[in-house]
Amino acid sequence: MKYVDAEQVKKRMNGRIIKNTIFKSSFLIATLFGLVVLTILIYRVFADGISWINWDFISGKLSTDANRAGIMGAILGTFWVMAVVAPVTMIIGIGTAIYLELYAKKGRLQAFIQTNIANLAGVPSIVYGILGLTIFVRAMDFGNIVLAGGFTLSLLVLPIVIVAAQEAIRSVPSHLSEASYGMGATKWQTIKNIILPAALPGILTGAILALSRAIGETAPLTVIGIPALLIPFPGGIWDKFTALPMQIYYWTLDSSLVEEYANLAAATIVVLLLLLFLLNSAAIIIRNKFQHRF
Amino acid sequence: MALNSKLAKENNVQVREMIEQKQKSRSFLTIFEKIIPILLFLFATLSIITTIGIIYTLLIETIHFFSAVPIWDFFSGTNLKPLSQNPEFGVLPLLNGTIISSLIAMLVAGPIGLMAAIYLSEYASDKVRRILKPLLEVLAGIPTIVYGFFAFTFVTPVIRSIWPDVAATNILSPGIVMGVMIIPMIASLSEDAMNAVPNSIREGALAMGATKLESTFKIVIPAALSGIISSFVLGISRAIGETMIVTIASGSSKNFTFDITQSMQTMTAYIVEVAGGEAPAGSTIYYSLYAVAMTLFVFTLIMNLLARYISRKFREEY
Amino acid sequence: MSLSVAKEKTNFKMDTSVVRPTAMHENRKIVFDTKDLNLWYGSTHALKDINLSVYEKEVTAIIGPSGCGKSTYLKTLNRMVELVPSVHTSGIITYNGREILSKNFKVEELRTSVGMVFQKPNPFPKSIYDNIAYGPRIHGIRNKKILDEIVEKSLRGAFIWDEVKDRLKENAYGLSGGQQQRLCIARTLAIEPDVILMDEPTSALDPKSTHKIEDLIQELKQDYSIIIVTHNMQQAARISDRTAFFLNGEVVEYDKTDTIFTNPSDRRTEDYISGRFG
Repeated sequence: MKYVDAEQVKKRMNGRIIKNTIFKSSFLIATLFGLVVLTILIYRVFADGISWINWDFISGKLSTDANRAGIMGAILGTFWVMAVVAPVTMIIGIGTAIYLELYAKKGRLQAFIQTNIANLAGVPSIVYGILGLTIFVRAMDFGNIVLAGGFTLSLLVLPIVIVAAQEAIRSVPSHLSEASYGMGATKWQTIKNIILPAALPGILTGAILALSRAIGETAPLTVIGIPALLIPFPGGIWDKFTALPMQIYYWTLDSSLVEEYANLAAATIVVLLLLLFLLNSAAIIIRNKFQHRF
Repeated sequence: MALNSKLAKENNVQVREMIEQKQKSRSFLTIFEKIIPILLFLFATLSIITTIGIIYTLLIETIHFFSAVPIWDFFSGTNLKPLSQNPEFGVLPLLNGTIISSLIAMLVAGPIGLMAAIYLSEYASDKVRRILKPLLEVLAGIPTIVYGFFAFTFVTPVIRSIWPDVAATNILSPGIVMGVMIIPMIASLSEDAMNAVPNSIREGALAMGATKLESTFKIVIPAALSGIISSFVLGISRAIGETMIVTIASGSSKNFTFDITQSMQTMTAYIVEVAGGEAPAGSTIYYSLYAVAMTLFVFTLIMNLLARYISRKFREEY
Repeated sequence: MSLSVAKEKTNFKMDTSVVRPTAMHENRKIVFDTKDLNLWYGSTHALKDINLSVYEKEVTAIIGPSGCGKSTYLKTLNRMVELVPSVHTSGIITYNGREILSKNFKVEELRTSVGMVFQKPNPFPKSIYDNIAYGPRIHGIRNKKILDEIVEKSLRGAFIWDEVKDRLKENAYGLSGGQQQRLCIARTLAIEPDVILMDEPTSALDPKSTHKIEDLIQELKQDYSIIIVTHNMQQAARISDRTAFFLNGEVVEYDKTDTIFTNPSDRRTEDYISGRFG
């Protein structure tokens, strides 16, 4: 007597296969769901905003009159914030990564710093806003200027740069640094001449992604206190400023009062998304062009 | 050939001598080599200083707050009226708003993210996966303010046209949109966990005639469970900390209610409201900002530690 | 190889009169003198009581089965072994009479005069020119004309000049494996070391490239002292003047290459070179 009844197995087989097919389709639909929403989102934003984008809108000053409002102030603000975040995060991020990967002795301190960085990456962005408000805006008395916002956003995205730089440094094969040490090069000479150039594409990719995260952030800026009012264009890091996401925020909030503000918000989103698209394309190009050749 | 090599060594350039001379005059290099690691260490300590800074600022002002408002009143109070004549500072309405919005988000992101992970890890061909994954990552790269705009100007009106009881600002719409935002995170982390399950285990099931579905649910998911659960916990943490979507689309009603058609305020949205309202430093309402932020910080920290603990502790050994 | 050997068993410890060949070789100067060297990776005892003298302008081959410590010993001579964090040593190695394992001896200085060629060709992801100029540059030579001269001289010295002279600005990764290894040798020559350590330099190469490198080694030994680790016994027999046989972290036998291959005094050496293990 057989324990497995071949007939029974056969009968149930069809059902099992059909079930598999049904589930497979539902898994596919779930995967596509996010993409469908993404498509609707982008379509809506463009549909609402694209017709409002013209040179006057890009180059104009802020105004309560929807038809005359422009976002040059916000663009400049975002630009100046980038000018702070990019160097600060690159220098400190790469420095930290070099220390952790190449100098720190594997031990408690190194593990502690590493865990700490992982935890910082999970702290909500608004908490960084409160840190920035307390330390930069009030304690150091910067006020709500570009530098305060830039420092706050730098701290927020620093873990991203550190982790990316660590990975890039780790991916440089040890036989390259050995060759350098073998010629009598010192540690720093080896790092500067061999390891960092080889790790640079990976580091840059991470830094650009961090930068694009920083310029899309809104929550910390709301806490620092970015004026919704008409302020002069920021001319440097010591000026008060507004930024693209803040402009989107204010116009969206007030769109229940003035309907056209929703269009202004959408148009500003288009500009912000284009900027992010450019940054991410740059990151991809760098990654592909300088792919590791060793 | 011999001549060639002789020539090499006896050339007129005396490299060794030059090197030795340079070496004598380069003692600053040794000092430099000693300074560099110290400098880099200082950079590395910045991350620790940041953590200390966060905890210190939150703690100091929170202590101020609790000297004005009893800690028990804060954690058990269902009334939050910071601006009234007799201000009350119960955090429960905010906790309620935070938990409900996160729950709605996870109801969307959990199943859809996991299903997407299953599709990408178990069903999709390499080619399809290479196209779908980066597209899904784009969702994660959209700034949250854009999602906020989308929730407020599109999702809410759509929901209201189907369900007229829903208010113009409500917790349902931002909850759903937050869920969409979190999908890629759960999908990608769960997929990583499922990819880590070795193929041999999968093949063992498939070779006995199991369908993909059966091998997925009976073999792969149980084996990857710790990674999947940890991705859910990280998703919750992300939802708790999310600010702009709820601030824009859920309004600022501080009612203690479970009615998802109505406006509720989350902890994050409260912080934005109070900080943006230019509360005078030193007032109780100003300190309440820190007490709420501290609560938020502790919540997300616990979630993040929990996620790490789960994925480490229960990692399957293959 | 004829292996009719006197079956006289030596002690387990090798006869030190064999290691101290000053008597038999008074006209050669000792470059590296190793006395009672022990080395541990953490708690693993990787080198045990090594005593060995390396002579100037000779090719010294180190043979032995994998894991016998031959590469470790080689990397101790320029202290590259210290890149492994858990390493510690005891004993003395003198280089031209100076004690190199002491903390006072700067590794950079040591490695400037003791060059190294690695198992796998490891040119930098830079141009051929910059690969050669790397060493002089880090040691402070910046003059373009002098660098040009050094580059040409080094490439000529490694017999690769004719193959690359028209593409000095091209990336070194465009070269074949054998060319890359000769480039790495040229890179080492650029800082004019006294000693060149070679860690299985031909193990990643095809027979033709191997042959070229071996010829090159024969040429180089006129000006440089060369210590080569190899798993290829024929190679050791072909190119070296002296051979040390390592086993389980010990020097079993060290003698003139002819003697080692025709008349080894230790049974284990005989077993190894006749292919009975390893």
